[in-house]
Amino acid sequence: MNAMLARSVTALSQALAAKEISSVELTQLYLDRIALHNPSINAFITVDARKSLAQAKAADELRAVGKGGAGAGPLTGIPLAQKDIFCSKGWLTTCGSKMLGNFVSPYDATVIERFNDAGAVMLGKTNMDEFAMGSSNETSYYGAVKNPWDRGRVSGGSSGGSAAAVAARLAPAATGTDTGGSIRQPAALCNLTGLKPTYGVVSRYGMIAFASSLDQAGPMGRTAEDCALLLNTMVGFDPRDSTSVSREKEDYLGMLSARADGKPLTGLKIGLPQEFFGASERTGCTAEVMRLVEEAIAEYRKLGAETVDISLPNMKLSVPAYYVIAPAEASSNLSRFDGVRYGYRAPEYGDLNEMYFRSRAQGFGDEVKRRILIGTYVLSHGYYDAYYLQAQRIRRLIANDFVAAFRQCDVIMGPTSPSTAFSLGEKAADPVQMYLSDIYTIAVNLAGLPGMSIPCGFANSLPAGLQLIGDYFCEAKLLNIAHRYQQATDWHLRYPPEIG
Amino acid sequence: MSLTLEQVRRVAQLARIEISDAEAQTTLGHLNGIFGLIEAMQAVDTRNVEPMAHAQDLAQRLRDDCVTEVNQREAFQAIAPEIEAGLYLVPKVLE
Repeated sequence: MNAMLARSVTALSQALAAKEISSVELTQLYLDRIALHNPSINAFITVDARKSLAQAKAADELRAVGKGGAGAGPLTGIPLAQKDIFCSKGWLTTCGSKMLGNFVSPYDATVIERFNDAGAVMLGKTNMDEFAMGSSNETSYYGAVKNPWDRGRVSGGSSGGSAAAVAARLAPAATGTDTGGSIRQPAALCNLTGLKPTYGVVSRYGMIAFASSLDQAGPMGRTAEDCALLLNTMVGFDPRDSTSVSREKEDYLGMLSARADGKPLTGLKIGLPQEFFGASERTGCTAEVMRLVEEAIAEYRKLGAETVDISLPNMKLSVPAYYVIAPAEASSNLSRFDGVRYGYRAPEYGDLNEMYFRSRAQGFGDEVKRRILIGTYVLSHGYYDAYYLQAQRIRRLIANDFVAAFRQCDVIMGPTSPSTAFSLGEKAADPVQMYLSDIYTIAVNLAGLPGMSIPCGFANSLPAGLQLIGDYFCEAKLLNIAHRYQQATDWHLRYPPEIG
Repeated sequence: MSLTLEQVRRVAQLARIEISDAEAQTTLGHLNGIFGLIEAMQAVDTRNVEPMAHAQDLAQRLRDDCVTEVNQREAFQAIAPEIEAGLYLVPKVLE
């Protein structure tokens, strides 16, 4: 493997600044790898070498000595993979659906615009569960993503293409979105570091909507340091997203602590929810994953942190409440796909109604249709109070549990996913089993809190993730806690043995 | 509770999704499984709990009442299924 492929974004940024390599060379290196490995992994839906190389060339010019490098930033010339949920001007933007199989976006999402302004190179659009609805990437119209650690297994979802791309070294880092765990769970299953920020921190403008009160974009990379670097570019107030939060900008990378011996995390209180670790609840998590999570927590104790037992009593209600709220919002958001202005239109129809009915029946896949139907039902006359309002009340109880918990601790830890990567097809026929694979991540979205997953070891050669949950707007603290662990361990540096 | 086949057809009608009898039957099984999961909510007493519609309890921001979008009609219509003379074409609604 070319040594450049082993480097983090932070290291690549230094290599570009030192003129060790040009962005065109680096981008070509990754494009060649994509051409070689993507057919067996299916991490990308769209690659456009001409466009990527044009961006790389512009980045090299920006970094050219003659111009003094003015205007160049740390991401100038860095190739990045973008989840195909972000509208990207002139790029096919499918959201994993047949419905948008011909949708070349006429505009950029704010996230894409920010990366473009930073001089980053778009390496391609990554595969995902259709409209981000799934936990295995098997609902994509463009085929399942294969986990680079074992190609018979899922990469997780819905940001499974981004996760597989970074894990297989087809991209140095990527973006994802997380509505119920879609950054954290694939990060865990592919040995990556992934961060879902506090709701409202990253603009949702141009990010195709699934469940608007839960959706949030974030970085997926090899290290907390790389996630901090990407997050620096992604965050910021955006008047085009009515839920965007206006707050002072932080330098997430600059706030990471330098390496220190001894017990640098002395004073840090880690909350361990009995709902994750209690004897009766453990049945939901495999013994191997639980062992790795406990070993990671032991490592944190060695670094000086102390642990406190906490309780999130309404945790078990998060999956039921989510599967009312998310489908309800989805059914409303996806009503825009009607075959009139853009997207798929059925080839044969009689009247206008038939055009709607057939375009939607043919353009959406089974899981998306299921969720639209659930959402339509729970919002329909006579059921609204019993389902939708009740779910929103439970959402409040869940959020309150976290408020109480953060009075006792600085960060909450537990597993990201109850198991390592499962086999392709294993849960595809049973929606309920699939939904339960997000049991540890969903509550974080309901509360709107930031959450991370970091690599914490291997069970039968498959990676597992440790989840870190922080209080509102504590991204910097979470990244630093993750960074401390990565200074002391090397799980995050491992890459799939088969990927040469 | 469990749904009936008739309710599945009715919901599909509301959602404007064509559904065959066979699909309705499969969907019924899946939806009942999912509602079985959701049912756990119903046992919880939430009488004095304020519904939480949003992660941040913030008031909706209002923008200034001025034009911010530029005209992109041609770019938008370039990706439309069917247009004519700058208009989106759909089957005739009024005779």
